[in-house]
Amino acid sequence: MTLTALSFYLFATVAVASAFMVISARNPVYSVLFLILTFFNSAGLFVLMGAEFLAMILVVVYVGAVAVLFLFVVMMLDIDFAELNEGFLQYMPIGATVGFILLLELLLIFGASTQMVSQSKLPQATPEGMTNAEAIGRVLYTDYIYFFQAAGAVLLVAMIGAIVLTLVKSENPRRQSIAEQNARTREDGVELVDIEPGKGL
Amino acid sequence: MDNLVLDTYVWPALMVAGHSLLILVALLLWLAFFMYAERKVWGAVHLRRGPNVVGPFGLLQSFADILKYLFKEVIFPTSSNKAVFLLAPIITLFLALSAWAVIPVDEGWAVSDINVGILYIFAISSLGVYGVIMGGWASNSKYPFLGALRSAAQMVSYEVSIGLVIITVLLCVGSLNLTDIVMAQKTVWFAIPLFPMFVIFFVSALAETNRPPFDLPEAESELVAGFMTEYSSTPYVVFMIGELANIVLMCAMTTILFLGGWLPPIDVAPFNWVPGVIWFIIKMTFMCFMFSMVKAIVPRYRYDQLMRLGWKVFLPISLFWVVLTAGVIQYFGLAG
Repeated sequence: MTLTALSFYLFATVAVASAFMVISARNPVYSVLFLILTFFNSAGLFVLMGAEFLAMILVVVYVGAVAVLFLFVVMMLDIDFAELNEGFLQYMPIGATVGFILLLELLLIFGASTQMVSQSKLPQATPEGMTNAEAIGRVLYTDYIYFFQAAGAVLLVAMIGAIVLTLVKSENPRRQSIAEQNARTREDGVELVDIEPGKGL
Repeated sequence: MDNLVLDTYVWPALMVAGHSLLILVALLLWLAFFMYAERKVWGAVHLRRGPNVVGPFGLLQSFADILKYLFKEVIFPTSSNKAVFLLAPIITLFLALSAWAVIPVDEGWAVSDINVGILYIFAISSLGVYGVIMGGWASNSKYPFLGALRSAAQMVSYEVSIGLVIITVLLCVGSLNLTDIVMAQKTVWFAIPLFPMFVIFFVSALAETNRPPFDLPEAESELVAGFMTEYSSTPYVVFMIGELANIVLMCAMTTILFLGGWLPPIDVAPFNWVPGVIWFIIKMTFMCFMFSMVKAIVPRYRYDQLMRLGWKVFLPISLFWVVLTAGVIQYFGLAG
């Protein structure tokens, strides 16, 4: 138990510290790198709670895919550091408001859940004799199948929307037909022309 | 009380540390000789001799190379971001080595036999792209940056088909545990019923590890050496060992997912006398040999062809196979 507590405090401290660094780092690339560290430590916390499936999915999806895209975009920005620092005070009120509302909501949820926990037994991460993935799959594909499918449909619409928004229609698109290219033979690709002396083609 | 602390914390910790050390030493030795064997294979394909000077048959060539790299001066480009520049190779090597924590080389021979082993490896290997991106960005130079962008796009694309291939195998097994995956192949290796997925996995593994014919991130005719252009000396060698460790990891993954891990080809007398770890090593050697042969004989892809192969060929085929496998398992009631 001591080991679990120690690891919890280690992961939690690093997660909070690196989350703070995300918003305070001068260089946006550092911010993204600290964000990755935050994700990692949250995954560690998930493992401690016995939700190893969620931990791995967090790393695969957020660190392996989402943060890569962030890093991609941030690295390609032409950053002016002086301008960035000026913007800080300007956006401070909005950021503070959002942060305050989030804090209130979290406190409400925390209050509600501690009340529930005090009434009932501490909830287990997984039912007895079942692995994480199995338990999540059972719930997701039976009780919540319609929500799951709806989430999938929303994602599909978002994906198609992104493609439609970025699609540039050109007058004269140059399309490649791989099958046509591969089907070319020497006969229709090469022509042997016997040119008479003194004449052009 | 003292005894309790010793029994619950100190001895298990020492056991894990010793086990990890054993795996690390074995892996690094494997990498050194893999480097040598690769060059011998390429030499044989090109009708050359390959390394033959250092030690008997040139066996100590890799050690000489590594020593040479270590004694050179570490050069930082003046406008590079030094912290990230150094962090990039370290991350690459660290990730490649840490994935080995869950690889079982024989029944019960894994440092940690966790329930979500395959997901852990998938997560770790999907992070490999960070070393490349960070290295390319921190160098603050054009060619490394272009190489990093290319490689990020390539690795993210091929991860998709690798993920779908893994899902197909998992459908047949019904567990995310690596030991269970190997044990499910007791009757037949997955390479036989899932042969198309085996091929897709192998090709995607080549692309994922930036090996020829998909070594576009470091295509020397266009990008000098890609994201490694500005690296020299020890950071370079760390990058190189990290990439090699990733390749060997992919060989181990192929062995576990498709070639039956430590199981003998047929479970009869002369074959099942051989210890499982020997079978594992033989299968891994075969996969490493395949990787070397591909590098020696296949010409490099064009970038648009690479993307077309990943998104328009592999993705539909592997998606179709996922649906087909799920359908077959459901229809014949094969699910465990």
